[in-house]
Amino acid sequence: MDVPIIELTNIVKSFGPVDVLKGVNLKAYAGKVTALVGDNGAGKSTLIKGLAGVQPYDRGEIRFEGELVNIHTPREAARLGIEVVYQDLALCDNLDIVQNMFLGREELDFGTFDEGLMEKEASDTLRRLSVRTVKSVRQKVSSLSGGQRQTVAIARSVLKKARVVVLDEPTAALGVAQTEQVLNLVRSLAQQGVAVIMISHNLQDVFAVADYISVLYLGQMVASVNAADTNNDDVVGYITGSKTYAGVPA
Amino acid sequence: MTTTETPASTSDAAPSPGMSDLIGSGQEGTVVDQIRSWLQRVRQGDMGALPAVAGFVVLSILFSLLSQFFFTPLNFANLLTQAATLVMLAMALVFVILLGEIDLSAGVTSGVAAALFVVLSNPSGFNLNWILALGVSLLFGVATGTFIGFFVSRIGVPSFVVTLGLFLGFQGLTLTIIGAGGLYRVQTPEIKAIMNSNMPVWAGWVMLAIIIGVSAATSFWDRYRRTRAGVPNRNITFVWIKLGVILVLGGTVIGVLSINRSQSIIPISGVPIVVPITLFILWVGTFVLDRTRFGRYIYAIGGNAEAARRAGVKVVMIRWTAFIVCSSLAVVAGIFSASKVGSVDAAAGRDIVLSGVAAAVVGGVSLFGGRGRLLHAAIGALVIAVITNGLGLLNLPAGVNFLVTGGVLILAATVDALSRVRAGGTLIRA
Repeated sequence: MDVPIIELTNIVKSFGPVDVLKGVNLKAYAGKVTALVGDNGAGKSTLIKGLAGVQPYDRGEIRFEGELVNIHTPREAARLGIEVVYQDLALCDNLDIVQNMFLGREELDFGTFDEGLMEKEASDTLRRLSVRTVKSVRQKVSSLSGGQRQTVAIARSVLKKARVVVLDEPTAALGVAQTEQVLNLVRSLAQQGVAVIMISHNLQDVFAVADYISVLYLGQMVASVNAADTNNDDVVGYITGSKTYAGVPA
Repeated sequence: MTTTETPASTSDAAPSPGMSDLIGSGQEGTVVDQIRSWLQRVRQGDMGALPAVAGFVVLSILFSLLSQFFFTPLNFANLLTQAATLVMLAMALVFVILLGEIDLSAGVTSGVAAALFVVLSNPSGFNLNWILALGVSLLFGVATGTFIGFFVSRIGVPSFVVTLGLFLGFQGLTLTIIGAGGLYRVQTPEIKAIMNSNMPVWAGWVMLAIIIGVSAATSFWDRYRRTRAGVPNRNITFVWIKLGVILVLGGTVIGVLSINRSQSIIPISGVPIVVPITLFILWVGTFVLDRTRFGRYIYAIGGNAEAARRAGVKVVMIRWTAFIVCSSLAVVAGIFSASKVGSVDAAAGRDIVLSGVAAAVVGGVSLFGGRGRLLHAAIGALVIAVITNGLGLLNLPAGVNFLVTGGVLILAATVDALSRVRAGGTLIRA
């Protein structure tokens, strides 16, 4: 197995007397989708916030391509190429797709926007991700469906040349067809060589796209398995704590 | 949106090889396609200043029918100078309204600035050089904006409250500067000239030529950059249409203003000096809002401040700067007003701010933030100015003016609310 892009070892995080993460390990590989599952309160969000630099861990090692790194601020995470697509999508309804994708890093030419260049890069990125549902990159985001918004939010992270993309519940609140679109997008994202970490409650979605499944249970990583080597019942067992994983972590 | 046409056959810029026809840019299609998709956007509620333009035309026709004096060169020039102060103030307010904020003190800020100016520049006051006095007034605007911006963006006090406080406080400041019951005449010829003098007739035509030249240059510069990036350009006919509209409208306005409109022996003709000043500020402001990061971030914050913050936008600084721009432009409005009235009294600027907000809303600027343009506010201000001007000519009591203006405002806000429902928003009837 190659060196993982992200390797977390023995991550500990407490809020006062409450130990939320009690020595968690997690690996994510380039070109692979790692699903992070677990019940409410298992510590998924806390794990992700540390990776994003929003809420640094108390203790533990973070290795980026084998190198020991510190992530204390969102800026440091961004510099490493770690992008988080949050559940409440961070898009501006009144701006169009191109403007949203380039928000905060517009291409300038003599101090003013190079709209042509941004439009080209935006549509290239969407095309590379095989997005077929968006008619025009100059559509206002307010006119998009939930799935299309999720698409724009994910495409935005790719535009940043992200190495690791964390998706927080990307299919929550989506219909069947739109869920399908987003899952396809997650696949093509991985095919770009990005390490995808996907948080989800929906095991059907997880088995549809994930290469690895990591299960958090009360602040501990109770299982890290190849998706091909396990099944729905086992994973439900790990999530609820009724089964114990016996194998070697993948 | 209708953008299913293949770009290669319909746009004059060659798309890059491999350009997929799956994702369009909204610029493809023939002239007819483009107009059709624009009509569709309008039907979906993206109307911009269209209702305001329609209102302006309807009101103009109505008043022309009711008063034979309305449609004369003299009244037309009067209308422009009457509107100028409100146009300026409405444009100032757009910068903060786009953020979803409000500046209720913009009017009194303009009043204090005008008071400062006359007291500093008048021989009976400090007799300062007028440029220096103007500089002090502008600095006062910057300081006021800095003050408001600090409380709103750093401390988190609602802008409504901070600026309401200033609205009350600055009335006292003007009173202190001018003195109770006092009145200062504007004695600087350069300032009086803004509203009361005209450019030579030839300068008006030069101004039109410059406007068309700049407009054409930016259009072709944009097209060049799009072609360079390999994305389709809108059919070039639209550039000619746009330039044609500017030529015809601008030509008509300047043509009318070139006619001698004097009622005495001394001829009066030419474009009032306030017009090029206002147009220049409108152009610079629009350029900043459309083409620079500062402008884009104002729209982004107005749309979703949290999204902007996560995208790395320095939300505090942008908000702060927008308030400084607003107060500074309000000072310009104050100077305009002083020039028009010819004097500054203790009540200067007290009544105008809500008209400014109304003008912006009538023009299609959304009070919820994120939607609207400077031009919209300017058109809205013209609508309100036409009402005031026309009703004045009809010799109706002053009360009618307020009633009609209020009615138009409610009408405009209703059109805005209904269009938002059609655009996909929700109408909550509770």
